[in-house]
Amino acid sequence: MTPIEEPRRLRVATVSLAGCFGCHMSLLDIDERLFPLAERMVFDRSPFTDIKALGPCDVGLVEGGLCNSENVQVLRLFRARCKVLVAVGACAINGGLPAQRNALDIGQILVEVYRNRPGLAADSSMPSDPELPLPLAQVHALHEVVHVDHYLPGCPPSADAIYALLSALIEGRTPHADPAEIRFD
Amino acid sequence: MSHFLLDGTPVPFAAGDTLMAAAQRAGQSIAHLCWDARLGPSGACRLCTVRVDGRLAAACTTHAQAGQVVENRTAELDARRLRLTQMLFVEGNHFCPGCEKSGDCDLQATAYALGMADMHFELLAPQRPVDASHPDLWLDHNRCILCKLCVRASHEADGKNVFAIGGYGASTRLLVNAPSGRLGDSALQASDLAARICPVGAILPKRRGFAVPLGARRYDSAAPPEAPASASGDRDDAH
Repeated sequence: MTPIEEPRRLRVATVSLAGCFGCHMSLLDIDERLFPLAERMVFDRSPFTDIKALGPCDVGLVEGGLCNSENVQVLRLFRARCKVLVAVGACAINGGLPAQRNALDIGQILVEVYRNRPGLAADSSMPSDPELPLPLAQVHALHEVVHVDHYLPGCPPSADAIYALLSALIEGRTPHADPAEIRFD
Repeated sequence: MSHFLLDGTPVPFAAGDTLMAAAQRAGQSIAHLCWDARLGPSGACRLCTVRVDGRLAAACTTHAQAGQVVENRTAELDARRLRLTQMLFVEGNHFCPGCEKSGDCDLQATAYALGMADMHFELLAPQRPVDASHPDLWLDHNRCILCKLCVRASHEADGKNVFAIGGYGASTRLLVNAPSGRLGDSALQASDLAARICPVGAILPKRRGFAVPLGARRYDSAAPPEAPASASGDRDDAH
């Protein structure tokens, strides 16, 4: 007896770089539609799973821009392992509100926060352990470092927009942002 | 009355009319950011570029002539408009999530109407200081698209010449006509047309941000008139 062939599940990885996890929350706002979606897709490395090493994936959803060296490393890994890379949210698309720090010198910011801020212990100094990733001089958008296949604008994108993108990818269609669904705020 | 053809529809015009003025009066819309019926043309934004008898021309500066065949909503022209809009976005710091003009901004609504989802170009990330010297108004140069609406409004309507455009190339910026160069030392008042005409979030009133609920802002409920047919559906405001 031949087993009934299940449709192959879309393998999806997600990550938050210089993000606020709000785009991931908007993904969860798909609500009960997550259940039928879960029958057609499976999460690889993601804040939703405990998978540490990113495997070959169909789709990588990336929220957040690039603010430190680890962000760049992870983004390049996602680009290498994901067939389709999606920039999710304002931060991934143009740096977002965190990029407002680009007006300031990063060294000055760190001094202000870790050394000069009122209320710090007297011997407070800038964290310098090599375990910590160094911040970049400026916050960057994803497309300034890797090729991005699709963009989901919004801060965050609506659950409907994320659902439409995942549905399209599951069904093998090219996702098209519905102009009526496009929001930057 | 003489007519020209706008995407096949006859549009009547009076002597001296530009294509833009005649089209607007006839209820036909051509995308634009730097044009205003109350002021003279500028030709700065290039969004209104149309094909007039096969040649590209700005509708806001081209005089209408009888029998002209004008193409406006073509895929080619909208693709050009999308690139122009993306250029305006990367030239400034258009972080809509924190902008008080979001939902009420002509640049943003134009981007929505053109289906813009990405920036396409590298970001220039300009770092010009905010001018908050005026008691009632503030000026963020990093959102200014150099449409010159405030320049023309101050000159033609208010008679004050508060604004000018200075510099060259990518460093071109809006100047304030005061010895200090600051808004607070100029003759500008919040009631001036120049203070109210900014189509983006560059010149804003103080202490009045985020007053309109999401869903009720100017471009929340209705697509802008130049929206393509595919974008004219009802918008979901419950996000």
